[in-house]
Amino acid sequence: MRHSSDQRKSHSHDRLYAPIDTAPTATAAKEDGITATMTYDGENEAPKHRTHADSDESMATITPQEDDGTTLEGHEQRPALPPRPSLLGDRPTTPLSPRKRPALQSKPTTAVSSVDIQTLSFPDGSRGTFPTPGSRSVSEAGHGISGGTSTPSSRKVSQNGSEFDDSTSLMSYTPTLRANGDLASLLDEGLNSQSPAWKLLSSQADNVNLFETIDYEDNALLNFDQEFDEVEAVDSKGGNEEQVLLLWKAKLKHYLILSSAGKPIYSRHGDQNLINGYIGIIQTIISFFQDAKDPLMGFTAGGTRFVVLIEGPLYFVAISKLGESDSQLRAQLEALYMQILSTLTLPTLTQLFTNRPNTDLRRPLEGTETLLSSLADTFTKGSPSALLSALECLKIRKSQRHTINNTLLKARTEKLLYGLVVAGGRLVSVIRPKRHSLHPSDLSLIFNMLFEAGSVKAGGGENWIPVCLPGFNKTGYLYMYVSFINAHDGEESSSDQRPSTAGSSPEDEIAILLISTDKESFYELKQMRDDVVAQLESNGSMGIIKAAVRQGRPSTADIVPGTQLRHFLYKSRANVQFMMPSLSPDFSSPLARRKLMSLYHNLHASTHAKHSHVKVLHCVARDSNSLVWTTPLFEFYCIAGPNTSRAGLTHGANKVIQWVKREEERVFIIGGAVF
Amino acid sequence: MAEATAPKPSSSVKLVLLGEAAVGKSSLVLRFVNNDFQENKEPTIGAAFLTQKCNLPTRTIKFEIWDTAGQERFASLAPMYYRNAQSALVVYDLTKPTSLIKAKHWVAELQRQASPGIVIALVGNKLDLTNESSGSGNALGEDSETDAAEGENDDGDARKVSTAEAKTYAEEEGLLFFETSAKNGTNVTEVFTAIANAIPETSLKGARGPGATQSSANRTEDQSRVNLTGPRDSASKEGCAC
Ligand SMILES: Nc1nc2c(ncn2[C@@H]2O[C@H](COP(=O)(O)OP(=O)(O)O)[C@@H](O)[C@H]2O)c(=O)[nH]1
Ligand SMILES: [Mg+2]
Repeated sequence: MRHSSDQRKSHSHDRLYAPIDTAPTATAAKEDGITATMTYDGENEAPKHRTHADSDESMATITPQEDDGTTLEGHEQRPALPPRPSLLGDRPTTPLSPRKRPALQSKPTTAVSSVDIQTLSFPDGSRGTFPTPGSRSVSEAGHGISGGTSTPSSRKVSQNGSEFDDSTSLMSYTPTLRANGDLASLLDEGLNSQSPAWKLLSSQADNVNLFETIDYEDNALLNFDQEFDEVEAVDSKGGNEEQVLLLWKAKLKHYLILSSAGKPIYSRHGDQNLINGYIGIIQTIISFFQDAKDPLMGFTAGGTRFVVLIEGPLYFVAISKLGESDSQLRAQLEALYMQILSTLTLPTLTQLFTNRPNTDLRRPLEGTETLLSSLADTFTKGSPSALLSALECLKIRKSQRHTINNTLLKARTEKLLYGLVVAGGRLVSVIRPKRHSLHPSDLSLIFNMLFEAGSVKAGGGENWIPVCLPGFNKTGYLYMYVSFINAHDGEESSSDQRPSTAGSSPEDEIAILLISTDKESFYELKQMRDDVVAQLESNGSMGIIKAAVRQGRPSTADIVPGTQLRHFLYKSRANVQFMMPSLSPDFSSPLARRKLMSLYHNLHASTHAKHSHVKVLHCVARDSNSLVWTTPLFEFYCIAGPNTSRAGLTHGANKVIQWVKREEERVFIIGGAVF
Repeated sequence: MAEATAPKPSSSVKLVLLGEAAVGKSSLVLRFVNNDFQENKEPTIGAAFLTQKCNLPTRTIKFEIWDTAGQERFASLAPMYYRNAQSALVVYDLTKPTSLIKAKHWVAELQRQASPGIVIALVGNKLDLTNESSGSGNALGEDSETDAAEGENDDGDARKVSTAEAKTYAEEEGLLFFETSAKNGTNVTEVFTAIANAIPETSLKGARGPGATQSSANRTEDQSRVNLTGPRDSASKEGCAC
């Protein structure tokens, strides 16, 4: 309605030119010192090394060597309690205390005033985007990825958002001049509220609700319901080929893996006969650029973005109509590569292709297609954990977690490397040797295997799984003991009790994971598991875990009563962990969840684009109102309904952040247990 | 604990399932342990350890079952699973001849490497896909239910391995032999019961507590205290990167 087709054209125009545009006037490096290189190499000199636009967030860099530290590594340097005194100790209650905000001290490098933005953006009361050069780096991330004329409205959100980021980044240093500024005053309501668009927005009928309807313009997501349906095989006579092809093409997301020799390895959708032709084309295109020593990173065709990742003899391709940024898609491909390494180890993979460049990798990977597919589907559904490269924890009291840690430590056997208790993909407790940290990317592979893929759970019993954790060591296997306990099982008292898990939701599964370097240590670890479970039962911890699992995540309204926020993500950077409220009631359907996640992806892309120095970003869209706020301590993303005022949004944001700060030691694992 | 087994002596028997991927090993175990079947079972990752009791007239056998993944990359781990096993179920898919070849390889490997007294059952699974759809388990003459057909045969008979061929082979090698369907349950309990009966009394001992071991290999049924790094460590060093 407010988006004329003209404007959409101008969007794609903008997108088209964004890559070859000169770098924005903003030249300041991000405060963490990471400068990203271009991802569009077609138009630029070939990079010597591949760098992600948001490489500070990519999984590979969440290693103990990095500043960020691992979840657990970070704690090694710090006493468990009080947590991160250097960061928190001197912080007054207002999260935006000027003393502690070096990030926002950075100079406003966008030369555009907020008035300019308004006149540019709302010339006729419509909310088109005419990004000024200063906002280009952001809009590139926001738009450069999705495309074409059939644009999901979520994308427009980001475009609209990019209007604001200029004003907000301009504003962002304001509070440093004031004492005690808080977010509400930071985003001074007065500035934008006079604009025609704001008036239009506030005059809008109140019945517009968050993501309530599928927009007619929103056809990109129209088929989301069928996204995970299987594409049937092309039958031998080829009679159904056309129809199958249509179904295949209707998928919003494809992942292809092939060898540099052009052998198909994996495709999320479609059988052999269907994809072989495409594999051939893709191999030809990628190899062409490879031969020219100018690797292809990605390209756009119509409304579809293609992103390529090359890892040794393997080509990974993500094909998306969902509007993720290149670096987000590349991180997804990276995860698929990690999954392959996890199955084979790097030396095996390398050796296979050294011996026979023409190797068909499907055979060595046999049986793990389901792991790749569940990873792929997790990305397509939208995963906060993948987006933020962070883990989620089960919220329990600090003393309760302490008890569980100690139970594990006490039962520990010689052979144990890592011991974990995980509930429905949320960490409950971890113990590890002093010298070894756990890598979030490794854990997400494990969680995918245990909680998404179902292969292990469906087995019913206890499991002994050789697994390579690439973040830990790419070159060899570890051995993982796994058994599940269902949170709805009341009588989990004897160690013989290993309930069948059929039919229960993965969210309700509690897994005991014991990892060793010794492939012979199954019985030893099994004994440890039995001891741990018995002990957790008798000291009441098991009941606490089960109750917390059954209770689920708190809703946004539980956290901040009366808030207008519908959902949020809070990532603690130091802990590499995130926290979010329950998806219900607003986002329980897969479609609503995808829309929510698309919005988060756009907010994330805008604040993580190369050269992006945006710290606060407020986005207004037809169906939502959102805010992202990043500081060295945290990244915070939140969503509210379309008619929420900016004040309402910022008020909610402040409340949540205060709440997280108060609950920090329950929501996050701070100071994990080491031995 | 499902039942009071106090009066009958109870013993543990380690059993390993081997065979090509997707022949139905996990499905057989699922049928035996949970009396359940899943149409599109996801492939096993690594190996699963399950237990199930089997009541014989004179005693109770507690099977400790290793359900292995059939994929090649796990082949080097197999010795760990069969090393101390008293019994093995080598499974093929009777609609897939290559799976019988693979089964024969496993039998040979077991005969070479496993405990000398190991009881091996050769099992042709997916009997429901054939026309006859009846149990032809005969190692112990348990062919009472010759008409167990569930009535889902169309005319197509997917059988590619004849009963005679597999049976002859099994007899030559001294294996128990069954044709089963994990899908409709045909002969599944029978296989396990037959194995339980075939385990020599002498190689059994109490399920808990270290009993006297009189049999050949290093039988360590006491799950809690098994010392796997002890004898027969032949294959334990490599396999970390293959
Ligand atoms: N028709 C039929 N299908 C079976 C039977 N047993 C297993 N399957 C199917 O064969 C596939 C592989 O089974 P699975 O138990 O995972 O094989 P495993 O790899 O040997 O463990 C699954 O799709 C099962 O549903 C059977 O007796 N009859
Ligand atoms: Mg299996």
